[in-house]
Amino acid sequence: MTAMTSDVPPALVLPKWIAPVLLLAFAYGVVPLIGSSYLFEAILLPFLALGLAGVGLNILTGYAGQVSLGSAAFMAAGAFAAYNFNLRVEGLPLVGSIVLAGFVAAAIGIVFGLPSLRLRGFYLAVSTLAAQFFVQWALTKFSWFSNNSASGVIDAPRLSIAGFALDGAVGRYLFALTVVSILTFLAYRLVSSQTGRNFIAIRDNETAARIIGIPVLKTKLLAFAISSFIIGVAGVIWAFAYLRTVEPDGFDLDRSFQILFIVIIGGLASIRGAFFGAALIVVFPLALSRLGGFLLGDVFDSGVLDMSQRIVLGALIILFLILEPDGLVALWDRVRRRLLFARQST
Amino acid sequence: MITDFDYQFFIEVLVGGLLSGVMYSLVAIGFVLIYKTSGVLNFAQGALLLFAALTFVSLVERGVPFALALVATFAIMVAIGIAIERTVLRPLTNKPPITLFMATLGLSYIIEGAAQLIWGTQVHGLDLGIEDVPLEVGGVLISQFDIFAAVAAAAMVLLLSLFFRYTRIGLSFRAVADDQFAALAVGLRLPLIWSTVWAAAGLVALVAGLLWGARLGVQFSLSLVVLKALPVLVLGGFDSILGAIVGGLLIGASEKLAEVYIGDYFGGGIESWFAYVVALVFLLIRPSGLFGQKLVERV
Repeated sequence: MTAMTSDVPPALVLPKWIAPVLLLAFAYGVVPLIGSSYLFEAILLPFLALGLAGVGLNILTGYAGQVSLGSAAFMAAGAFAAYNFNLRVEGLPLVGSIVLAGFVAAAIGIVFGLPSLRLRGFYLAVSTLAAQFFVQWALTKFSWFSNNSASGVIDAPRLSIAGFALDGAVGRYLFALTVVSILTFLAYRLVSSQTGRNFIAIRDNETAARIIGIPVLKTKLLAFAISSFIIGVAGVIWAFAYLRTVEPDGFDLDRSFQILFIVIIGGLASIRGAFFGAALIVVFPLALSRLGGFLLGDVFDSGVLDMSQRIVLGALIILFLILEPDGLVALWDRVRRRLLFARQST
Repeated sequence: MITDFDYQFFIEVLVGGLLSGVMYSLVAIGFVLIYKTSGVLNFAQGALLLFAALTFVSLVERGVPFALALVATFAIMVAIGIAIERTVLRPLTNKPPITLFMATLGLSYIIEGAAQLIWGTQVHGLDLGIEDVPLEVGGVLISQFDIFAAVAAAAMVLLLSLFFRYTRIGLSFRAVADDQFAALAVGLRLPLIWSTVWAAAGLVALVAGLLWGARLGVQFSLSLVVLKALPVLVLGGFDSILGAIVGGLLIGASEKLAEVYIGDYFGGGIESWFAYVVALVFLLIRPSGLFGQKLVERV
C-alpha cells in the first residue's frame, strides 16, 4: 500500500477508514430505500455471498499461496451444517448456527488441508478436488444431511436475529450485509496481523519462513481453517439469504472455479479485490444477456447465451492474466492515482 | 464373502478395471505431453477432447467419409494448438506455473463454449465400427471394445516413445523439458516446439475423444473425463508417460474393485472421489508420485 500511494502528496490522502465507512453508510442507509427487489435478489445477495467466499479463498490462495479448487465444497459444508444446527438444536439462535457451521467448515478444511503439509503446487491443487467430490457425494448420498428430503434439497429457515425477523429481500440483504461486513473486517485485521504476515512469508518462500521461525505446518493448517470458516459462512449466506432453497449440486466444481475466477479477476492477496471480482462475475452475465437480447433479439436463446457466457468469461480470464495480472484492484488503484494527479495539477 | 471368494468374478472385475484404467491413461498422456515440455498443467485437455470428438462426429453426420473426417479433425486440432500457443501461451511466457494453469482453465471455458456453439448441445452417438461383444479369455469375459481401446493406447504410447527417442524434434522436446534456458541458448526454437507439442496433444485428444465418445456418447460431459485423469496424473507424476500408464491402471483397477467390494458399505457411487483418495494416500507416502521426477516447486 505504501509503495502505491507514496507519490501522492499527503494532504490528498484521506484516512484509510473513510472509504469503507462511507460505503457501509451508503449500503445500510441509502440502498435499502432506493433498491428494487431485482437489485437485491439478482445482484446484491449473490454479490455479497460470492464476495465473502472470495475473501475466504483469497486468504488461502492469495495470502498463504495454497491453491484450492474445492471452495464450493466448503460453501456446501457451511450451508448444510447451519441447516442441521438450526433444525436439530432446540433454541439455538441463528447466529449460533452460523458460527458453528463456520467451525464445521473449518474442521473439514483442516482435514482436506492436511495434504498441503507434504504437497505443493499442482499436486495440492488437484488434491483439493478430493474435498469437492467427497463433500458433494456425501451430501447427496446421506439424506440425513438434508433431513431426508428428495435429492438433498434443503429449505432455509426464517431469518431472525434476537427476535427481530428479517423477511423479504431487504431484510435478507441487511442480514447478509452485516455478516459479510463483520467477517470482512476481521479478515482485513487478520491479514495485517502477524498471522497474516506469516501466511505471506510461507507463500513467498517456505524455506525462509521456516528459518525465521514460523511454524509452517501449523500456519498452513490455520490458513485452511480460517479460509474454510469464511467460505463456509459465505455458503450459509448463499443458501439462507440468497437462494433460500439449495441442493448439493449447486455447489459443484463450476462454483469452485467461479470463486477462483473472482479472486484472480479481482486481484490476488487483496480483500477489496474479492468484492471487485464478485461484482464483475455477478453483473457480467446479466449484462451479457441484456446486451444479447438487445442486439440479436430472439436468435439469442438461453443455450446460445450460456455458451457465449462461457466463451466470454474464459476470454476475460485469459485477458486479465495477460494484461492485468494483479487484477481489478491494480486497475482501480491506477485509475484513482491518475485522477488524483489530474486534480493536483490543475 | 471370504469363505467362498469368487476368483473368477474377482479377475473379471480386475481386468475390467485395468482396461478402464487404460482409458484414463489415454487422457492423462495428453496432460503429460504438455507438462513435460512447457511446465503447464493443461486443464483444457478435456475441452480439447470434447472439441475433437464433437467435430469428428458432426463431420461424419454431415456425410464426410470417415477417413477424411479424421484428417480434417486432426488438421483443426493442430490449428487450435498453434492458435493457443500464439495467443495465450506466448504472452504468458515466464509467468508462474499457476498463472498458466488458470489460463488453461479459461481456455477450457472458451473451447467448451465454442464447441457447443458451433456444433450444438445434443448428444451424438459415435460408432467406431467395433462390436462390443464380450470375448471369453480363459473363462473371463472381456469387452472387445476395451481391448481395442487398450491396443490403441499402447500403440499411441509406443509411437510417442519412439518419437521422443529417435526423431530430431523429439530430442529437442526432451531438451526443452530438461532446461528451457539451455535449449534456447543452443538455438532451439521454443515457439515451434510448443506448437508441435500442442498439436501432438491435439492428436491425443482426438484419439481419446473418439474412444471415450464411442463409450459415453459425444456430449458436454465428455470434457469431465479430465477429472478422471487428474488423480492418475497425481499418482503417476505429471511428467511421466510411463507414470500416466501405470497410474491409470492402478486407479482403474482399485476404483472398480472398491466399487464392487466395499462400495456397498458406503451406499455406492464412491467412484466420484475414490480415485482421489487413492492418489492422496499414495502421495502422503511418496510426494512426487510413482515416476515423477521432482516436486513442483512452490506456487
